[in-house]
Amino acid sequence: MSIEVKHIGKSFGSFAALRDVSLRVNDGELVALLGPSGSGKTTLLRIIAGLETADPNPRSEILFHDASVTNRSVGQRRVGFVFQHYALFRHMSVFENIAFGLRVRPRNERPSNPELRDRVNHLLKLIQLEGFGNRYPSQLSGGQRQRVALARALAVEPKVLLLDEPFGALDAKVRQGLRTWLRKLHDEIHLTSVLVTHDQEEALEVADRVVVMNQARIEQVGTPDEVFHRPATPFVMEFLGQVNVFRGRVSGGRVLLGELALDHPRHTAARDGSATVYMRPHELDIKLSRNGAPSLAARVVRLNPAGSVAKVHLRATDGADIQVDLTLDRFHELNLADGDDVFVYPKNARVFVPDYAI
Amino acid sequence: MEATLNKAIPIRPAARVRAATEEPLWVKLSLIGLSVGFLMLFLFVPLLAVFTEALRKGIGAYFASLSDPAALSAIRLTLITVAIAVPLNLAFGLAASWAIAKFEFRGKSVLITLIDLPFAVSPVISGLIYVLLFGMQGWLGPWLDSHGVQIIFAVPGIVLATIFVTFPFVARELIPLMQEQGTEEEQAAVTLGASGWQTFWRVTLPNVKWALLYGVILSNARAMGEFGAVSVVSGHIRGKTNTVPLHVEILYNEYNFVAAFAVASLLALLALVTLAAKSVVESRLHHHSQKTLEPATAEE
Repeated sequence: MSIEVKHIGKSFGSFAALRDVSLRVNDGELVALLGPSGSGKTTLLRIIAGLETADPNPRSEILFHDASVTNRSVGQRRVGFVFQHYALFRHMSVFENIAFGLRVRPRNERPSNPELRDRVNHLLKLIQLEGFGNRYPSQLSGGQRQRVALARALAVEPKVLLLDEPFGALDAKVRQGLRTWLRKLHDEIHLTSVLVTHDQEEALEVADRVVVMNQARIEQVGTPDEVFHRPATPFVMEFLGQVNVFRGRVSGGRVLLGELALDHPRHTAARDGSATVYMRPHELDIKLSRNGAPSLAARVVRLNPAGSVAKVHLRATDGADIQVDLTLDRFHELNLADGDDVFVYPKNARVFVPDYAI
Repeated sequence: MEATLNKAIPIRPAARVRAATEEPLWVKLSLIGLSVGFLMLFLFVPLLAVFTEALRKGIGAYFASLSDPAALSAIRLTLITVAIAVPLNLAFGLAASWAIAKFEFRGKSVLITLIDLPFAVSPVISGLIYVLLFGMQGWLGPWLDSHGVQIIFAVPGIVLATIFVTFPFVARELIPLMQEQGTEEEQAAVTLGASGWQTFWRVTLPNVKWALLYGVILSNARAMGEFGAVSVVSGHIRGKTNTVPLHVEILYNEYNFVAAFAVASLLALLALVTLAAKSVVESRLHHHSQKTLEPATAEE
């Protein structure tokens, strides 16, 4: 079942949470809405679910499987919704929590008791909590609670699954485990899913496609590979992964960055003016002496080799902070020490020239 | 080896070491003594006095004053009043706190203020409001009288005054709890296909049942013991419009001390029962909120 929203706007008082947002999620896809807090991602998710209504606009529409659900109530939309803080019914056992959606159905649609028990037990097995049916939510860990919340949402056989920062309240280790588990589950049941997260790592790892949102708008939609390696806007570049940002100048089709000059064919037509240059830490190399190629002189400030890459913090001669990630092999080869004078060589750089369209 | 160690490090007796947050013994004793003395003097002794006075002429006289027709009528009237006022305030309090805690609407703060009004107004004033409205010299009195309806100096007036005075108890108990619980569980219920009614009965109500019972107990105790407002509207017609507290006053004014204290002992007993019920419910309430507020410590 595909999900499509068209021209959705939403404001709370004078605060615009969404401005004319359109998005299509294909059948069976897992899409992540990624953005900082206040970017409108949760509002968009709640509007898809029907927990929030979009501002009136004749062009705005919400479609499930290409049929409009704009005027349907939450209950009629048949969505599975998973809340950040689980929202489990605290006075009900795990079993009753999962069975809730089936028990509140009209009498003629309600499954018989043995049927209901089978369904719930099957779901308990799916979330690896067999034997926990009689426990209460307060007796479970955070990760277990969120799995119960997921089973409860799946029990009503929803057409789409909507997850609002489902792992946001959990600690890093549990988060990692649940993330992998969720992806595996999605590969098994192929339910069209939308996941809201502010954790870029989570989005890039789990989703088929990532929707990067900022200030009530969508910045870019693409596969994790696309948004990470081919960011469409400076925001996406800065939000995904670590990046070194330099203020430079465009002059005669070249980008000048202190003593460093970069050829940039995409900007040959750009007018002279300021430009922002982005370089990811792993796209920089360090050499102990100049070799003729364009480079930046810098001094080693701090070394942190604890991790899968060695992080080297440098300060350029103009005072800018630079972070370089080296492979451990390269790090040991260079044998750096604090205070060493070195030269930084960019292997790749992205230049964004501000838009003067106004 | 041990001997040398003991010699090298002199060990002080542990009892002499006082924790940094502890006060000296005399401070502790005098503070405890002061509060216990105060409680004895102002609560326990008067309570004891009620029962001693009531039983001064023996157990026979005690029961005789309770089974007096006027006393029985006063007990009956109090029970009727409570049977009407408490359920009404239960329904109202539940509806009002549901609306206030779970929805946003215009005039919400006005509603909250109105709910608190009976706490702010002296009970005598609230009684007078009803006299002003429904009395023979009041705004609606003559019209009501011409239609054969009597409110002041009759049972309806007593019930109305009691409802007014006990108005805030249930709502005040529920609003903070419901606000703290938020609306996420209700939202979850709705996404699972539950109707508004099902959400209320299956999710909202079970989550507040102990607080609700607590509010009802307090409301009940106040309804039975209310004096001021009821005194103004009742007219003190013996055997007809006297509630238990009013009956106690009449007996006392007639120097019939044994009967007055015997009937008063009923109210004192009610207070004791209320306290017991209250502490039971309170512990459940506490237990309940402890359970729900407990953070998820055990991670897998």
